Amino acid sequence: MPDAYIYDTVRTPRGKGRASGSLHEVTPIRLAVTALQAVRDRNNLDTAEVEDIVLGVVMPHGEQGSDIARVAAIDAGYAETAAGVQINRFCASGLEATNMAAAQVMSGQAQMTIGGGVESMSRVPMGSDGGAWAMDPQVAYRSYFVPQGISADLVATKYGFSRDDVDAYAVESQKRAKKAWDEGRFAKSVVPVKDINGLTILDRDEHLRPETTMQSLAALEPSFVVPGDQFGFDSVALQRYPEVERITHVHHAGNSSGIVDGAAAVLLGTREVGARLGLKPRARIRAFASIGSEPTIMLTGPTPAAEKALKTAGMSPEDIDLYELNEAFASVVLRFMQALNIDHDRINVNGGAIAMGHPLGATGAMILGTVLDELERTGKGTALATLCVGAGMGTATIIERV
Amino acid sequence: MIDFDVDGDGIAVITWNMTGKPMNVLNEDSLTAFFAAVEKAIADDAVKGVVVASAKKDFVAGADLDAIFAVTDPAVLFPKHMDMQNRFRAIEKAGKPFVAAINGTALGGGLEIALACHYRIAADNPKAQIGLPEVTLGLLPGAGGTQRLPRMIGAQAALPLLLEGKRLSPKEAHGAGIVEKLVAPDALLAEAKAWLKAAKPDDCVKPWDRKTFKMPGGKPTEGRNRDIFAAGNAMLRARTYGNYPAAVNIMSCVYEGCTIDIDGGLRVETRYFINCLNTPEAHNMVRFFHSMTKAKNLAARPKDVAPSSYTRVGILGAGMMGAGIAHAAASAGIDTVLLDTDLAKAEQGRDHSAGLLDKRLKRGRMTAQARDDVLARIQPTADYADLAGCQLVVEAVFEDRAIKAGVTQKAEAAIGAEAIFASNTSTLPISGLAEASARPERFIGLHFFSPVDRMPLVEIIMGEKTSQEALARAMDFVKAIRKTPIVVNDSRGFYTSRVFGTYVNEGLALLSEGVSPALIENAGRMAGMPVGPLAVADEVSLELVSRIRKQTRADLGDAYRGHPGDAVIDVMVDGLGRLGKKAGRGFYDYPEEGRKRLWPDLAQHFPPVAEQPGVDEVMMRLMYVQSVETARCMEEEVVTDPRHADVGSVFGWGFSPSRGGTISQIQSIGLPAFVGECDRLAQAYGPRFAPPQLLRDMAGSGESFYAA
Repeated sequence: MPDAYIYDTVRTPRGKGRASGSLHEVTPIRLAVTALQAVRDRNNLDTAEVEDIVLGVVMPHGEQGSDIARVAAIDAGYAETAAGVQINRFCASGLEATNMAAAQVMSGQAQMTIGGGVESMSRVPMGSDGGAWAMDPQVAYRSYFVPQGISADLVATKYGFSRDDVDAYAVESQKRAKKAWDEGRFAKSVVPVKDINGLTILDRDEHLRPETTMQSLAALEPSFVVPGDQFGFDSVALQRYPEVERITHVHHAGNSSGIVDGAAAVLLGTREVGARLGLKPRARIRAFASIGSEPTIMLTGPTPAAEKALKTAGMSPEDIDLYELNEAFASVVLRFMQALNIDHDRINVNGGAIAMGHPLGATGAMILGTVLDELERTGKGTALATLCVGAGMGTATIIERV
Repeated sequence: MIDFDVDGDGIAVITWNMTGKPMNVLNEDSLTAFFAAVEKAIADDAVKGVVVASAKKDFVAGADLDAIFAVTDPAVLFPKHMDMQNRFRAIEKAGKPFVAAINGTALGGGLEIALACHYRIAADNPKAQIGLPEVTLGLLPGAGGTQRLPRMIGAQAALPLLLEGKRLSPKEAHGAGIVEKLVAPDALLAEAKAWLKAAKPDDCVKPWDRKTFKMPGGKPTEGRNRDIFAAGNAMLRARTYGNYPAAVNIMSCVYEGCTIDIDGGLRVETRYFINCLNTPEAHNMVRFFHSMTKAKNLAARPKDVAPSSYTRVGILGAGMMGAGIAHAAASAGIDTVLLDTDLAKAEQGRDHSAGLLDKRLKRGRMTAQARDDVLARIQPTADYADLAGCQLVVEAVFEDRAIKAGVTQKAEAAIGAEAIFASNTSTLPISGLAEASARPERFIGLHFFSPVDRMPLVEIIMGEKTSQEALARAMDFVKAIRKTPIVVNDSRGFYTSRVFGTYVNEGLALLSEGVSPALIENAGRMAGMPVGPLAVADEVSLELVSRIRKQTRADLGDAYRGHPGDAVIDVMVDGLGRLGKKAGRGFYDYPEEGRKRLWPDLAQHFPPVAEQPGVDEVMMRLMYVQSVETARCMEEEVVTDPRHADVGSVFGWGFSPSRGGTISQIQSIGLPAFVGECDRLAQAYGPRFAPPQLLRDMAGSGESFYAA
């Protein structure tokens, strides 16, 4: 089986996902095009070599609809032979897209592909695509649907994380992200978003709140009390987890991932194609996995996903130098650390989505780039990137520097 | 059955007028006749418009529940049911106007007939009920109700009516947009005809048959409705714990059916309706409805005793129960003497009534005059002589044999020889109490439930010597005060307290085994009980539970069979001084602010085992133990009618209504399966689960408690 190598990773900065955010004026296709053009330009890439572009989008409708990957390739000026496909594995879409792009290489069906993702959460709001799970009475009823925030609070309740625990995690995430930005640790991957005249619109993540303290977080009311209590979702969760007396609501905007806009891309290919084009491989994809887990608690998938990928790679958790787990909610990371016995200094070392935001379709590709940059910066060898996924899933990818 | 007349103006009046039934109901015969009349009216060019009316007090009361399960095979029923749906559609598409003249109650299929007409006029009759209560029977409105109502008033307004089965007055129905016009009862027919004469061609096209039709409030899958459904689905599960599939099916009828055209929607509705018919919940709830109706109508009343009516009764003891009973009697128009040891206490009892009545007044449910009339009927006193002329006296004094004997004798000295003496004891055997009576044949138990104004049940207890006449007259009294009686024979705890106690005790046993208290409590609620067993124990008061058990043990001596829950109560009451809710500390803590919370230290005193049982097993234990004890009551002839066991369990202590009652639960599972499970449970947890011989015999011979 051929190996798939990562040749480059790029991402846009993350703009606040609301009207006042810098990227709100930028269409999602422009974000995607920015990432694709950066991949091309940074590598002097003959885009006729790119056989397929897989982009994750979680709200694939409206201006993010209609196979944005293919249209972005056309608009980016890629060769017309570069196909494009849009996929959706909710929050892991960007990583899943990368895995699928890698899989084409590993299966020998393509020599060079791009994975990535895009989400303009300020323009195409979360939840705007509908879907059967929450709304269809039979489906919601049989599957004990609850919104993710309830699941995150259930994770905290069930696995014993207090409000202080999750807040302390959030404060640390902000601290790490600030330090990483200050030290230029993201510089390798971040490409600015520019306007039609070449003026820079945004070149830095703008969601960070480095001034965050335990005291400032303590002032925030938990976000999911109303849906839990008044709309009955707590009761639904307890009927699935009757050993829990009641859900303690600990999550709020300050210890959950931020709503942001952004895009990312990962250039993948065989060793041969890299050699032919004069590109230097940065890492090898060792293994990847996506799994399903119990959908009501929903967010515990990273552990089995990581375990499966480790097993495929013939590795154990200790063999991984750095972990990157999307900070959807603080309790998700704390539970993963607890389950796999991972110290905080080996995971999310440069902060994460609590500080910098989680542009749904793009995040997976972003954090893969982040952890690869960090491996290179620190001279370490192996990393595992993973995300919790809506409806009870997890996706994980293991990379190894070459 | 269905009258058909055409007047000189070409207006046909189709009149529901069923014979042999107290009310008009939908069944195969009546619908066939109705549709024949409809088709005649449509085919006859001389007919310009049609009034659908009733010759009875009510319009149409709903589907004939005796026949509801006659055909349940989906393959047979689907085409048959769709044929009915199509015939209703034919009314809508007749091209001539149909108006429903709703003179009285129009429920279920009765209202659905009206919804299929082009216009609805209701007589402003405040006693009439208009609604779609099918969900309360485990069913759904299967004649277009889930499709037409949301298309008329929007999904958001229709769903609560469909999901709660709410019954509206004509005025409320008019306000909700279900009927278009409200008129004086005697003007109904004339108004209906007038509407027909004025109707334009456009008036006989249903909104949903127009190209321009838009769902009021939008389609369920669009816009804000998506949040309404997402939250609605959760609220439904939060409220019902998954025990009412009909409610989910109603949600689906609206969600799926109102997203597409009406004909597609009616197919969706038909499929879900048939699905409901085939659920055990529907069978349990319809069976319960029949049992409840029989109990309310005093089917078990001795036939050869002349009916009695009540004008004056006495209540001894003006505490919470006595005052509640007095309130019920006075509210039913009966003069009530409320006696206590001193006048002030008796007056406090009347104040209880005043409080309840004022609440009704404030909500606009009664007039000040009516309140004053009720209060005037309660005569507080401390003088036994005031009991003279009472046809029945209910004693509701402290649960103490000596005190009860004293008041019995004093009261009997004042009342006439024919009067009935009833005791509202909940624990003391009636035959024993009757020993204090000079006329034990007129001594009977009337066990009311707290709070009396809200609890519909009265458990009538026959003492050894209680006469059939006393029973009949006691039943007449219970009916007069608008309660539902069940009849049981004397036994420790009678029927309701005895079986209810098994639920609480099983919760205690689970705790003693190291099952997590949250799991126990959630399992109780998930099984359909109103509260978990530990919360119930707190509410009853652990101290009282302890005292009753110690009394029982003293009374029974060697015959007392211990229960694994006993030790839990000893630890809580004698060891920890946690006496229950009233004391502010029991299995739960009761903080001054916020909700009660399981006492965290329970884990120290009853350490949870590492391997917790599944919630299904916990639910099964909590529920089956009640049915097996009820079966013992049947074997011992404490209860002789399974209907009374079912009604008593649901009305008395809130036994899961979707299971139909303690005996219905056995019926629903099937006797052999129930016996098999109980044998397993007895093996695993103790002889309290051992099925009585009666059940084994019935299971062996293929008998069951109910015909179907």
